Amino acid sequence: MKSMSPIAWWRFELLFSDWRLFGKAFLVTLAVSGLSLALALILGMIFGLLSRSKYRVFRIIARVYVELFQNIPLVIIAFFMFNALPYANIMLSTMTIGALGIGLYHGAYISEVVRAGIESIPQGQFEAANSQGFSYFSTMIHIILPQTITIILPPLTNQAVNLIKNTSVLAMISGGDLMYRANSWAASGSSSYAPALIVTGALYFIVCYPLATAARAYEKHIINAGLVTAATEDAIVAVTDSE
Amino acid sequence: MIKLEHVTKKFGKLTALSDVSLHVGEGEKVVIIGPSGSGKSTLIRCINRIEEPTEGEVFIGGELVTKKNALNIVRRNCAMVFQSFNLYPHMSVLQNITLAPMKLQHKTKREAEEIAYKYLDRVGLRDKASARPSQLSGGQQQRIAIARALATQQKIILFDEPTSALDPEMVQEVLDVMVSLSQESITMIVVTHEMGFARQVADRVIFMDDGAIVEEGEPDAFFENPKNERARLFLSKIIR
Ligand SMILES: Nc1ncnc2c1ncn2[C@@H]1O[C@H](COP(=O)(O)OP(=O)(O)OP(=O)(O)O)[C@@H](O)[C@H]1O
Ligand SMILES: [Mg+2]
Repeated sequence: MKSMSPIAWWRFELLFSDWRLFGKAFLVTLAVSGLSLALALILGMIFGLLSRSKYRVFRIIARVYVELFQNIPLVIIAFFMFNALPYANIMLSTMTIGALGIGLYHGAYISEVVRAGIESIPQGQFEAANSQGFSYFSTMIHIILPQTITIILPPLTNQAVNLIKNTSVLAMISGGDLMYRANSWAASGSSSYAPALIVTGALYFIVCYPLATAARAYEKHIINAGLVTAATEDAIVAVTDSE
Repeated sequence: MIKLEHVTKKFGKLTALSDVSLHVGEGEKVVIIGPSGSGKSTLIRCINRIEEPTEGEVFIGGELVTKKNALNIVRRNCAMVFQSFNLYPHMSVLQNITLAPMKLQHKTKREAEEIAYKYLDRVGLRDKASARPSQLSGGQQQRIAIARALATQQKIILFDEPTSALDPEMVQEVLDVMVSLSQESITMIVVTHEMGFARQVADRVIFMDDGAIVEEGEPDAFFENPKNERARLFLSKIIR
């Protein structure tokens, strides 16, 4: 008689025999992660810069974007695009919803990282550039942003890790991603939830753990190299702690 | 060369400069001294428009620069050296010096590097061209900052307490560079409390207090016999 244990070996065998399904779902998760991360980085850079603009209206626009997406659940964005937009005759694929929704959501957090990064650059750098005759734009390009990027790389990587985990929101709109596959595979067959969740969890882990570890190592490196102080780095990480 | 007329600068309610008028001739070396908070930095920052005067006018080379779109006139004429050096930490020494000549004056890399090495020689740091600012001592960083300021070859150079962030043993190497610079026709305005330097190079010393110029004169006359009571008090405190 088959063991009914939730982690009985036969359940794992069943899972591995369907590995293609999970492989495909893994690719969906990676693709959505990549696309939404690209969008989030672009939005984060744009709104991060706008939040430091000398024009009030741009600062307000950036503030509204950040506050809006930091203060609603990601699921609302996904459901809105999946269930509400079709009534406006806008049909988006779940892949598009993932890329757009998660990109918009994490763009708000990345915008705050970019803003905090720029603010951590000493005022003297702006003044030196200004006194040499650099415009706002070239000051940013040549002097401020290259320094900012070094400093914000660790918190950005942490954001990427959160983003990858958050792609699991797609499971709620049958997005074909890892999380969705794990749950629906178990539900529609042998109820082998435990193996499905353990294996997909491991897949998330093998992507996220190296990123998080690399971020920590790089952070240590730039602190030791004197490029940034630990306090500054902590302060930048803290702006996304509301997540 | 530089003319300030009735310049006032307010930060909110605080008046940092009140009705300051000043004339600095071409090639003149002016030293500004005064107690902390008296408006020395604000004065020179108004000259190169890092700060915008609240009232009054600033002329450089006869051109009004306190108007819209006049920033380029200032930048063409004024370089500045800061108390805290403000070198660009992500670039090598050479890149620090060549950035503005290349990006703003459209010099080729070769031309810019030629100029950079010329001024690195002037400040005695040619061998540090490929170092990062963080690998240099404070005195060396400030000498690089001076080379960077000189590399854009402007007619005016402004110094805001260039030696006061330095360890005492490094002050002299920076002053030496500034003294040698004073032999040239460049116009210099230097905020500093280095009396020896002031006596050696200044054509004129300006004493500021409370946002105003309260006394000015030749260095020897000023230091030996200040007329203003507050200037006398201030000097008695800083001369050891
Ligand atoms: N950006 C600013 N915002 C508000 N107040 C300022 C600002 N810059 C200067 N002040 C104020 O203006 C006054 C004059 O400052 P300033 O820096 O010109 O003095 P200083 O003579 O250079 O002093 P120090 O010797 O300490 O450098 C001070 O009271 C200062 O607090
Ligand atoms: Mg000052």
